[in-house]
Amino acid sequence: MIRLIQLELQKLWLNRTSKVLIFVSFILPFTVLVLSSIKINFFGFFTLELGELGIFNFPIIWHITTFCASYFKFFFAIVVVSMIGNEYSNKTLKQNLIDGLSKKEFILSKFYTIVFFSLAATLLIGLATFCIGMYYSSYTEASIIFREVEFLLAYFVKLVGFFSLCLFFGMLLKRSAFALAFLFILYIVEWLVFWGAYEIFDSADKAFQVKNFMPLESMYKLIDQPFQRVVMTKFPDKMDLAYDYSVHFSEVAIVMGWTALFIFLSYRLLKKRDL
Amino acid sequence: MENILTINNLTKKFGYLTAVKDLSFTIQKGNVYGILGPNGSGKSTTLGIVLNVVNKTNGDFHWFDGSVDTHDALKKVGAIIERPNFYPYMTAEQNLKLVCKIKGVSTEKVEEKLDVVGLLDRKDSKFKTYSLGMKQRLAIASALLNDPEILILDEPTNGLDPQGIHQIRQIIKDIASDGTTILLASHLLDEVEKVCSHVVVLRKGEKLYSGRVDEMINSHGFFELKTEKQSELISILEDHKLFDKIKTEDDLITAFLTEPMSASDFNKLMFEKGIVLSHLVKRKESLEEQFLQLTDNLN
Repeated sequence: MIRLIQLELQKLWLNRTSKVLIFVSFILPFTVLVLSSIKINFFGFFTLELGELGIFNFPIIWHITTFCASYFKFFFAIVVVSMIGNEYSNKTLKQNLIDGLSKKEFILSKFYTIVFFSLAATLLIGLATFCIGMYYSSYTEASIIFREVEFLLAYFVKLVGFFSLCLFFGMLLKRSAFALAFLFILYIVEWLVFWGAYEIFDSADKAFQVKNFMPLESMYKLIDQPFQRVVMTKFPDKMDLAYDYSVHFSEVAIVMGWTALFIFLSYRLLKKRDL
Repeated sequence: MENILTINNLTKKFGYLTAVKDLSFTIQKGNVYGILGPNGSGKSTTLGIVLNVVNKTNGDFHWFDGSVDTHDALKKVGAIIERPNFYPYMTAEQNLKLVCKIKGVSTEKVEEKLDVVGLLDRKDSKFKTYSLGMKQRLAIASALLNDPEILILDEPTNGLDPQGIHQIRQIIKDIASDGTTILLASHLLDEVEKVCSHVVVLRKGEKLYSGRVDEMINSHGFFELKTEKQSELISILEDHKLFDKIKTEDDLITAFLTEPMSASDFNKLMFEKGIVLSHLVKRKESLEEQFLQLTDNLN
């Protein structure tokens, strides 16, 4: 396993484009997080301090940071897609197999790398959130700090799931640009499924339940948008704002199911293909 | 003799096209094998199958004694197919170290092998800056990293200039003289003739011949003759039971033998018959002529 990760890291790290993209995907969410946490003074007219909105309080901070940070996954998604695309266009996939790597090892080396980076991203975000939270939060009792730490798990599962989807598209289409375009197509297809389900069940709730099983939607649903929750904390008496934002085991299970399927299909595809 | 590769009834179909048909042969340790055949005869497909990149349709093959998986066996094999494939953004040394990691061997031989192919002074240049000849030499260095039991080369001189071709052939000869088993696929007959002891001839995916190069066809060679008394010579040859086919081109007469006969015996015979030869050469068919005969016979 270590050997497979080392292999892939060498391929990525010596490539300048992927090095920059990896750097961006780690540094950018960090910078945004730090910038948003400092007091910004607009030329003495007024000061903007997001911390005062209460968004840096435990436990809601776990929810907000993981939600926002997950948008930066697209940078690493480009890396994932191009690490497959490049292997095909340089024909190094063929050479790797001839040199004695098995097809299973090839897919596993990509998958382990995905898990490795997702884990690193999760740990970094976790650490940063913890520090900022400790600095700003009004409550610092351990029971409150670690109350919604499951958002970190959801974040990790979400990243692994999304990158596995990219890996599969990369294997399917062999070209990075096509694979990224396919992500967008899948997004549209999911809305078409929603529309189809709406026609059948004649109910938006039912249709959303169907859509929740689709890959992109299930990943999105892992961490619901936190803004409504922020508003909720400001106006606790408005009951119609209440919604279910917690991480459910079923949501995690669906995404893990998709992840397993994508990795398995990628392997099947490679096994059946003549290179 | 130790078997390195055994292929039994291998078949590969691409849709309706049969690229390899019921092919069987064995590669034994210590010999230099050539796979001969025109373009599209199934050479690369056969190599692709045994190298784990093309899926077979039928039949089977195994490496060594058949006790290890193909991908593990390939760690003891060195192979170059068609074009050299490396990561363009890595240097030669980095590329070779990656191959070492895949093959699970230590990286200490990287410099030694770069030296063998004469690329040591360019080891820190990126692969994309290399010329085709250098790329092909790097591919050979990469194939040698694990000191392989067998070296497989598919059209190694394709697209190279004469110097490049000469360099690659010299490297192959040096490796062969060290006792490494080599399997060389090519459509260039003189290339195979120069380095191979055994040959497998393919046409349209079917095996026409496999065995030693010099036993490829049953031939005792032929004489090339010139004389002043041309018509007399031809009538003597036609009456003689040792010759079955006689060709005349301008003043050059070619007589094919049905049984062995030395040039001096022939010269003596002619002298007794009162014919003085101005030109006498005994030759065997070149591989090219043998190959054409072999493929013609089956047409």
